[in-house]
Amino acid sequence: MESEQTIDTSTLDPLAMAEEWSAEGRKVALATVVETWGSAPRPTGSHLVIDGEGNFHGSVSGGCVEGAVVTEAADVLESGTPRLLEFGVADETAWRVGLSCGGKIRVYVEPVSR
Amino acid sequence: MTPELLRELNAARRERRAVMHVTDLETGHDRLVYEGDGEDDDLGKVVKRTFRSGKSVIFEGEDGQRYFLNVHLPPARIVVIGAVHISQALAPIARIAGFDLTIVDPRTAFASPERFAGVDLVAEWPDEVLEARPLDRFTALVAVTHDPKIDDGPLKAALAAECFYVGALGSRKTHGRRVERLSEAGVKDAALERIAAPIGLDIGAASPGEIAVAIMAEIIQALRKREPLANASAKQA
Repeated sequence: MESEQTIDTSTLDPLAMAEEWSAEGRKVALATVVETWGSAPRPTGSHLVIDGEGNFHGSVSGGCVEGAVVTEAADVLESGTPRLLEFGVADETAWRVGLSCGGKIRVYVEPVSR
Repeated sequence: MTPELLRELNAARRERRAVMHVTDLETGHDRLVYEGDGEDDDLGKVVKRTFRSGKSVIFEGEDGQRYFLNVHLPPARIVVIGAVHISQALAPIARIAGFDLTIVDPRTAFASPERFAGVDLVAEWPDEVLEARPLDRFTALVAVTHDPKIDDGPLKAALAAECFYVGALGSRKTHGRRVERLSEAGVKDAALERIAAPIGLDIGAASPGEIAVAIMAEIIQALRKREPLANASAKQA
C-alpha cells in the first residue's frame, strides 16, 4: 500500500515522458496515430514524443516511419503549428521511409506549448 | 496541447479515471472529457461509445470538422483477497500476463513478506484497503480466503463497483451459502450471478498452481471478451 500506483515514467509511457521533458524546459512535440488502414503496426492513439534535439520516445509504427516523423516534428516546433502526416504504400515518400507492411497511417504532430 | 492540459491528462491516468483527449484536427484546439461528462449531441454520442469500446477514433461532424478522440482507459489490475497458496502462484502468473496485482489479507501469518517477495501485499482488513484504493470497472476481484468475514465485504464492493471480473473460491455448496448471505445483505440476484464460482475456467485444475492458471485464464477471458471492456488493455509487457 505504501507504493502508490503510478505510471511508469522511466521506460514505457510517452505521455509521462512528454510531461517530464516539458517540465525540464525542453521543447516538446507530440505525435499521435489518429487513423489507420490495413495492417498498421500501432493502433490509433499511440504516441511518439520528440524533443527539440531530436531525441524521441515511444512509437507510431514498428520503427518504419519514426525517422520521418522526428524530422517533421522539428518543423512543427519551429513553426508552432500542428501538422497531419500520412504514410502508406500508395505514397512514394512513405514507401521510401518504409511503411512496407502494407498499411497506411495518419499521424498528427503538435507542439506541447501554450 | 498545452503543458497544463498534459499534466491534467497524466494526473487523471494516474488516478485511474477514464479520460479522453479530444482534438480538433483543423484548428488544433483540444480539451479533456471525462467519462460521464458530455452532451447528447452527435459528438457526445460518439464520445460515449468510444469510452465503452476503448478504441480511439476520428469523429467527423456535419460541418466537415474532424475531431480525434483519444481515449485513455485505466490498465486492468487484479486485487486478490487472501494471501494463500493459490495467491502465491497467481502473483507471478499475473505479472507475466501483464496485470498489476495487489494481495490483501488481514491475517499477518498469511500476509508475510517472506511468502510474497516482490508482491504488493497489504496486511490489513479489505474494507480499509478498498476505501483507500477503490475498486473500479477495470479491476478484477479474486476472493480466495474461504472466510466469509474476510471475503464477503470485498465481493459486495466489487459487484457494486462493476468490476469486470468477480471470482470467489469455494465448492458449489460453499458458494450457495455465500449467495444466501449476500442476498440477505441486499445484493441483487443479477449481481450475484456475476460471481464466477467455482472460480477459474473449468480445466480440471487440482493443485494451487493449476487453480491459479485457471483463474488467470478466466480473468483474461472476462477482459477480452466482454464487449464494453474489450479494449481495456493490460499493461504492455
